[in-house]
Amino acid sequence: MVPTLTGRIQTRIVLLATVGSVLTLLVTPLLPIHAPLGTAYKTTFIILATVIVLGIVWEFIYHFLMQWRWEKDWPTNFGLITLVPEGLVVWLLLNAKLVPGIHGKVPLAAFLIDFLVVWIGVWLVANGPMRVPFLRWRFHGGRLA
Amino acid sequence: MAPRQGPNDDRTIAPGQFAGQPQAPGVPQQRPAPPGQAQPAGHGWSADKTMVPGIGMPDEQLQAPAGARVAAPPAAQVPAAQVQVQAPAGAGDLTPELIETPVWTETMLQQAGIPIVDVPFVTVGGGIGSFVTTDYLRIAGVPPEQIRVLSNLDFPYQTYEYLTRVSQIPDHARIRSDSSSRPDNIWGFPSYALTETWRQKTPAHLIHLLLEPVWADYWTPLRSTVFGSIDKESKRIGYDKMRVKGVVRMVRKRYGGGYFTILTPPEGSSPTKRVAYRSRFVHLAVGYPGLRYLPDLQDFRERYQDYQHVVNAYEPHEHVYETLKTRPGTVVLRGGGIVASRVLQRLFDDREHYKLQTNIIHIFRTYIEGSHGPGPWMRRKGDHGWAYQGFNYPKSVWGGQLKAQMRKLDGDDRAKLYKLMGGTNTPKRRRWQDQMRAGRAGGYYRDMQGIVEKVEPAPDGNGVVSYVTGKAGNELIRSDYIIDCTGLEADISQHRVLADLLQHTGAYRNPLGRLEVERHFELKNTANGDGVLYASGATTLGGYFPGVDTFLGLQIAAQEIADDLARRGWCKKIGPGRSTSQWFKWAFNKPI
Repeated sequence: MVPTLTGRIQTRIVLLATVGSVLTLLVTPLLPIHAPLGTAYKTTFIILATVIVLGIVWEFIYHFLMQWRWEKDWPTNFGLITLVPEGLVVWLLLNAKLVPGIHGKVPLAAFLIDFLVVWIGVWLVANGPMRVPFLRWRFHGGRLA
Repeated sequence: MAPRQGPNDDRTIAPGQFAGQPQAPGVPQQRPAPPGQAQPAGHGWSADKTMVPGIGMPDEQLQAPAGARVAAPPAAQVPAAQVQVQAPAGAGDLTPELIETPVWTETMLQQAGIPIVDVPFVTVGGGIGSFVTTDYLRIAGVPPEQIRVLSNLDFPYQTYEYLTRVSQIPDHARIRSDSSSRPDNIWGFPSYALTETWRQKTPAHLIHLLLEPVWADYWTPLRSTVFGSIDKESKRIGYDKMRVKGVVRMVRKRYGGGYFTILTPPEGSSPTKRVAYRSRFVHLAVGYPGLRYLPDLQDFRERYQDYQHVVNAYEPHEHVYETLKTRPGTVVLRGGGIVASRVLQRLFDDREHYKLQTNIIHIFRTYIEGSHGPGPWMRRKGDHGWAYQGFNYPKSVWGGQLKAQMRKLDGDDRAKLYKLMGGTNTPKRRRWQDQMRAGRAGGYYRDMQGIVEKVEPAPDGNGVVSYVTGKAGNELIRSDYIIDCTGLEADISQHRVLADLLQHTGAYRNPLGRLEVERHFELKNTANGDGVLYASGATTLGGYFPGVDTFLGLQIAAQEIADDLARRGWCKKIGPGRSTSQWFKWAFNKPI
């Protein structure tokens, strides 16, 4: 990708809110969470919202780091690797009970499956199928509006 | 450079032979041209009232499709004597009046005996720039009857195929282009890497893509993959039906709006020497104006009439490699771009495969010693003379922050940013680095900074001598051959259509000396009534968008042009729904 800062933020919000939501809907019933499905959905969607909100901060950091690259690009694998720091921060916040709306403990396995499925799904869509409906997206630095 | 041709001595230009240049040795001649095509009735741009529909040359003479309307002046309105005086070689040629008048009327063409063909959109060039623009418009829903591609080429990549082949990219090699820069696919999805993965049933390409550019070189497509996919898309959109063979001589404004584009059809294919295409829109994608020869090399070739020992990498120069297979020799290489890398690889490969004793001296006029740039946020890698970059420009010019930044700049500010990100460069590929390292260690490859003052034949008659001045002092370098890899940088005025445009339509140059275009690729100062003149490709380098002379750049231009045409109400804008449905048609190769 060759994103602009605005494009990064817009793409993240839109893709997580759409593709991320669909994947969360699909994967939540399969997660090893010992709680009613309603509670499980509440937990996974709050995690999704956390990734979106924190992601806006992350995008500023990525944009800053990108300035050291001559190409001013964000290679495909960077978009995948960044799941590690982002996932770690969300997990630490969950453990510290700093995520509003989630009071109980989220099993690590459930978190990993949920986070990885959503992240990889969004990453795959961003690296190809996204261009099918949004023809101008890749030439506008990831901006959708 | 050969002098510019006069108005009456058009020839079909072969691939690789640019306007105003002699044909390079070994360039194949054009195949016989298909019959000319004309605009079917009912789809043309508003016909002028001074024309008399139905009167003119018989359709079958131009072998036009059924229903085509070719308007020619009624004989009664054109004094025969006048035609004879103004067009002694036969009716339908340019007259001094037409050549000297910037804005034409139908009457002027009628008096010259030049038939008029109506079509709303004309694209001039017929190379990849015309192809991707036509592809966009067809996908936007424009019927083929409303588009004509005026071209001396038989297929869109004919010139590109020639240039890549002679500059040492054989069919099995990969070109310097991104995986999702697909001229045949406006979405860039699936990328070439996915296509090759599917075709070859191997995940290797996707793994490579995942590792680039940090842990692997940039993945790039096979030359044959690119050409094959363009062929397929050509058939799907009916490209050949829109193509009209011939050489475009000029584009002039029409009194009342729009333009006339003068085409010289292949000899014998038309009853008149010229045919005028009357259109509301004209798109120019004529490619590089020509080869640029280094002055000292041009001087040598002209003075000594020696075209064997000093060659341009964009000319056929296979004899250099063949001779080096028969005896040891020294080659001087000039230039620091991708073509120099390719030629170098060929020399190294041959040396390795045939156990040759070729020595290579590589002269860089601008010798890059390391990372360079104004600061930590703008530094490009480099060493041993080369500046390293994955593609022609930093990647973000095709959509990211450099594209956004340049879009806001004019004049000197724009020129400064071009200078900052420009300069000759080549990818830092692992194989090339290994070969050069081995060459330096083995003493058969030497890179040096230097300016060649002159080139002369060697005193013993064997080879040539370069007189070089550089940081290390003066030096005489004897070699068997000199290969000039400095590129396709001739001035736009070397191209006859562009020169005419600058002189007669109000078009002017941008800060880099090429044609100045708007952000939507309309040529500035050339609008005529509701008519618009667009240009894309190499001739517009220096505009608000930097990567024009690339596959992706041509697609970006095509998208801007298609969107502008939609704003003017001429075609539909491709929204998410249409984009998706059209993508499925592309994916299933359904003709449109």
